[in-house]
Amino acid sequence: MARDSESGLPIEPVYGPDALEGWDPREKLGEPGSYPFTRGVYPSMYTGRPWTMRQYAGFGTAAESNARYKQLIANGTMGLSVAFDLPTQMGHDSDAAIASGEVGKVGVAIDSIDDMRVLFGGIPLDKVSTSMTINAPAALLLLLYQLVAEEQGVPADQLTGTIQNDVLKEYIARGTYIFPPKPSLRLIADIFKYCRAEIPKWNTISISGYHMAEAGASPAQEIAFTLADGIEYVRTAVAAGMDVDDFAPRLSFFFVSRTTILEEVAKFRAARRIWAKVMRDEFGAKNPKSLMLRFHTQTAGVQLTAQQPEVNLVRVAVQGLAAVLGGTQSLHTNSFDEAIALPTDKSARLALRTQQVLAYETDVTATVDPFAGSYVVEKMTDEVEAATLELMRKLEDLGGAVQGIEHGFQKAEIERNAYRIALETDSAERVVVGVNRYQLDAEEPYEPLRVDPAIEKQQAERLCKLRAWREQSRVDDALALLKKAADGDDNVLYPMKEALAARATIGEVCDALREVWGTYAPTDAY
Amino acid sequence: MDRPIRVLVAKPGLDGHDRGAKVIARALRDAGMEVVYTGLHQTPEQIVHAAIQEDADAIGLSVLSGAHLTLFPRVVELLRERDAEDITVFGGGIIPAADVVVLKEQGVAELFTPGTPTAQVVQWVRARVRPAATAA
Repeated sequence: MARDSESGLPIEPVYGPDALEGWDPREKLGEPGSYPFTRGVYPSMYTGRPWTMRQYAGFGTAAESNARYKQLIANGTMGLSVAFDLPTQMGHDSDAAIASGEVGKVGVAIDSIDDMRVLFGGIPLDKVSTSMTINAPAALLLLLYQLVAEEQGVPADQLTGTIQNDVLKEYIARGTYIFPPKPSLRLIADIFKYCRAEIPKWNTISISGYHMAEAGASPAQEIAFTLADGIEYVRTAVAAGMDVDDFAPRLSFFFVSRTTILEEVAKFRAARRIWAKVMRDEFGAKNPKSLMLRFHTQTAGVQLTAQQPEVNLVRVAVQGLAAVLGGTQSLHTNSFDEAIALPTDKSARLALRTQQVLAYETDVTATVDPFAGSYVVEKMTDEVEAATLELMRKLEDLGGAVQGIEHGFQKAEIERNAYRIALETDSAERVVVGVNRYQLDAEEPYEPLRVDPAIEKQQAERLCKLRAWREQSRVDDALALLKKAADGDDNVLYPMKEALAARATIGEVCDALREVWGTYAPTDAY
Repeated sequence: MDRPIRVLVAKPGLDGHDRGAKVIARALRDAGMEVVYTGLHQTPEQIVHAAIQEDADAIGLSVLSGAHLTLFPRVVELLRERDAEDITVFGGGIIPAADVVVLKEQGVAELFTPGTPTAQVVQWVRARVRPAATAA
């Protein structure tokens, strides 16, 4: 029986040579590590060394998260990935009214440099690379990281890592936006310039389709809307006077990996090919690194089930395999209990072990881009590419990603797809093992990890102490300078660093910017 | 005559995950109910205010951030303070089984966790929620 792919394209029961008629491998593939990078961004890919195993973690207080990071490092993880709680992500202090109930829940609570120092205590910042999932207040957390590194005696030009810093997808899918699009894009351009001058090895943005996919986007929608966001960032930086080759090599991407292996591999390959062409032909990039779509992958959380949760270990292994076959640069594998609660120590370890099995017990790392030349995967790569380009054209006709956001275009497309998937799951047309087929009569009880609710009070007390002890006039002066820069054209990161060093809190710095830039109010329908 | 059941679908707190809320909003609408969606980042106060303003018969709360034990009871409590306990409160999200028990004790009528078919939510609302006899 013929079925449709997740992007809605038909999958034939059999593919043969005729599927690739007129297909020229020199044009479509090139060599691994060369234009158009379909086969991967590096010539040797995993034959040299495997991808970076980067497990997203963080909860509760800075001290608890610090302990989890040290454990992950001891277990063989190669890069840290910091999860912040929602008040931090939304630029509120832990004692703000709106933060009630959220402190330390989905990540670590950071209010000031004092918390950041604890978070990275005993972790040599010149040795680890750190990814921070932070968007609207990305500049603040990056500067706090730099300040802590300086205290450790590590110069900024030795720091490696990533800030997510992708605000456009927040309007489309993830929801942790603060400022309107225009000042948000200006802040991003300031970050690009600051990093070029001060932290040159830092990945300044991780342009993300993951959250769109989690919200319901199909693979073609995921890469179309993500690459369109990427184009918007490049245009912003060029308009701010930067040369494309001065910042494009530091752009990185972030995608999902689903259980549908063949289409996912096609998606990753198509995304690389499209980006290389856009950067070369539309922006005239000359540096080969500017053309490379380097990306992080996380396995699809939305495919995990609360029913028979151990089955998720199998799903994650399949999803992780798809990411590896697609040539990811780094990977987070989800823990099997994430549809129930925060991962426990044991489930987090099992998630990492899954990657280690893929890396060291399979042969998929022995050769580059193992699916190259496969009738079905090459055909699907072409088809996903065509569907993506079509969607990107539609967005361009609307005036680009920001205009699309203002029209609610991407969000509406994604939500329509999410509803279709829900109805297909309801009718069991789409099989979800343990949910609509092969159910148990009674689920086994599962005791999830919990965040201590006392942390909210602890953070509030820390803030109280901080505000009493710090030199208030230094904070006030720094915040005044920050507002002045925000109102004019000077790079806001320099006065922002001074304010944070003077122990201004995340909430205070964001409030100062809110005063100048305002906040984003979406027009939200369903 | 009976007007359709009116449901306020709401996102309390700072959580930005609205896929579930939006899917439920659509499913209730397709089942003939009137649905109002609050948008993200609402305080319990704003939600209760909106529910009373909109003359809602029920409030459907969605939280995936783990803040449900704080935010859901707060909505119930505020409804009580405003003499609006006739508005049924139900919820959904990543909610551990033990918390379901606690929340029900505190006045949340029902909780729907991942994997619940939309039809089950629709059925429950139909069975449990009656449109208020309107004065008009």
